[in-house]
Amino acid sequence: MNDQMQSEIATAPSLGLQSQDYFRQNRLPHIWCPGCGNGIVLRAITKALEMLALDRNNVAAVAGIGCSSRSAGYLDLNTVHTAHGRALPFATGIKVANPKLTVIVMSGDGDATAIGGNHFIQAARRNLDLTLIIFNNNIYGMTSGQYSPLTPRGAFATTASYGTVETPFDICKLAIAAGATYVARGTTYQARQLPKLIANAITNKGFSVVEAVCACPTHYGKLNKKSSPVSLLMEQRDKAISAKDAQLMTPEQLTGKYLTGELYNENRKEYSDAYTHLFERVHETK
Amino acid sequence: MKIPKELMGQILFDTEGGVFQKRFLQGNEAAAEGVLAAGARFFAGYPITPSTEIAEILSERLPRIKGAFIQMEDEIASIGAVLGASLAGSKALTATSGPGFSLMQELIGYSGMTQIPCVIVNVMRSGPSTGMPTSPAQGDVMQAIWGTHGDHPVVVVAPATVSEMYYLAIWCVNISERLRIPVIFLPDEVVGHMRELLLIPPTELIRIENRGKPTVPPEDFHPFKIEGNAVTAMPAMGEGYRYNVTGLVHDQDGFPTNDPGRAGELNTFLVNKVLSRADDLAFAEEIATDDAEEIIISYGSTARSAERAVRLLGGTGRKIGIFRIITLHPFPIKQLQRLAKQCNRFLLVEMNLGQMTTTVRSIIGLDVDLRVINKANGLPIAPSEIISVLENWHPHPVLQQQGCVNHE
Repeated sequence: MNDQMQSEIATAPSLGLQSQDYFRQNRLPHIWCPGCGNGIVLRAITKALEMLALDRNNVAAVAGIGCSSRSAGYLDLNTVHTAHGRALPFATGIKVANPKLTVIVMSGDGDATAIGGNHFIQAARRNLDLTLIIFNNNIYGMTSGQYSPLTPRGAFATTASYGTVETPFDICKLAIAAGATYVARGTTYQARQLPKLIANAITNKGFSVVEAVCACPTHYGKLNKKSSPVSLLMEQRDKAISAKDAQLMTPEQLTGKYLTGELYNENRKEYSDAYTHLFERVHETK
Repeated sequence: MKIPKELMGQILFDTEGGVFQKRFLQGNEAAAEGVLAAGARFFAGYPITPSTEIAEILSERLPRIKGAFIQMEDEIASIGAVLGASLAGSKALTATSGPGFSLMQELIGYSGMTQIPCVIVNVMRSGPSTGMPTSPAQGDVMQAIWGTHGDHPVVVVAPATVSEMYYLAIWCVNISERLRIPVIFLPDEVVGHMRELLLIPPTELIRIENRGKPTVPPEDFHPFKIEGNAVTAMPAMGEGYRYNVTGLVHDQDGFPTNDPGRAGELNTFLVNKVLSRADDLAFAEEIATDDAEEIIISYGSTARSAERAVRLLGGTGRKIGIFRIITLHPFPIKQLQRLAKQCNRFLLVEMNLGQMTTTVRSIIGLDVDLRVINKANGLPIAPSEIISVLENWHPHPVLQQQGCVNHE
């Protein structure tokens, strides 16, 4: 634990919970490979919970299937490890049935944008108050390295022996276009920024998406001659451009880069608020 | 047609006392009323013929009683939302038909594995694939019982009247809560769309069952502990019991494990939750079976044709009984076994190409004469078709005088 973390913990709000209190300590160590970025993202989530002083009893963490979706089980919250791609429908049911719960959804790039792609855009359109954190490692890790909708064109995967010929999604652009009201991107290299983005996403009353770029040295790295975790982190450092800095750059300078930080924030009527108003309008007076 | 007394006892405290309200309703409308009466307060669904009326009615009714209706993007999302709502403490259901039911299968298994109560109404239409959306069938029987992968618990209920669409819908919600399992309510399109008289009981007579709540503090609570066939309590999210839910094989606290001992114990427990309670779940209505020499086995709207056929044959002196299956799973084995001892001629009638034949044959044995009427052309089975088979099996001169002929 570094000094920065120590001081952050020291100034934790009155509930007194520190980020590690949001972990089920007895479930650790986690199953992830050495050098995997998932732990950094998960730590950022717990840090955000600490910053917001959320009561663990009132937070639900819902995940799909895949490496990153194992995150839910490590958190000392109401946790659900659902089926592949279906975290958002479960989360939708939870939130609509009990709008008082804070609902955080954890999903991988394949889980959220391939098998769960339709749920992703529909949830964004509805603007239900959910926070979706997409662990983007550009590959299917759990099944040992098949290409995902986020695998860069030309990158290798066990199902792309000659490099993928497909064009990847831009998760954040997709989320904005579909109607998400808070959209941000962070990286595991910029590990201190991530908790803040996640905390802001949770605070936003509406559907929020945080893309967390994280490395998979074991599969993506190995297949693409970047098996050192450090080299993948350095790649994040080199490719990530803050949205603010990007405004001063030319399109040529931005080629091959991606934007980080808060990319979109809009105030729009939230689903459960709208539904509660409906209650008031049509409630049976008996 | 009547719901057997023992089964009715699980739905109403008493069948008399208080004013029963007369309503003339469609089957799907009655099912919507039934689930509301049972306390369902969450519906997620996707439009599909011939079940859509259930969604339409609940979209109008639920917000008025502070329940929630949400139209999801597909049937997978629908059942996902239903399971999420159930975890959050709501009694939740969805309604669909064959193609949508196929899409739901993975999460029906998830419901069984994680013991999240839910009701799935599948108003059966002609299949396979898109089939004939507005035509009836009973082709989803096997899928309802065995559709999802792996061994799993499920109860499958087949109503035959509008009245049963209401009363058995209440029962389905009750069973799902009692056993923490997915319950499949399986009317065919005829029952879903027909209109009949329904007597709605006063609410105080309706027996409502709720999932158990823990009586121990969170630190002593093991949400997936196995003790015999007992069903564990299920706190709602937000009640202070923070536990993990996963479709992976899990230990007593809900955390993944690959221990073969636990996996075997869990799978056996889940299936036995239903099978060990078959006496409380497996029902059939018997009509005139006491001294029957021939028995027609059927269910759903097809059983109505059987009843009509028997009535038309009333003057012939033939002793024909009806064994109407209400619970398709767990099957009322003991009842049928008893009948197989007294009667050796059975006619199994269903609107599919023989999905129940093997089950029935395995119960009645090989020494009994079993014939079948199977039909999968989108048309209901007419009483005349049943009469025709009985006629050729055991011709009787009176039949011809009554003008009963086979229309095919």
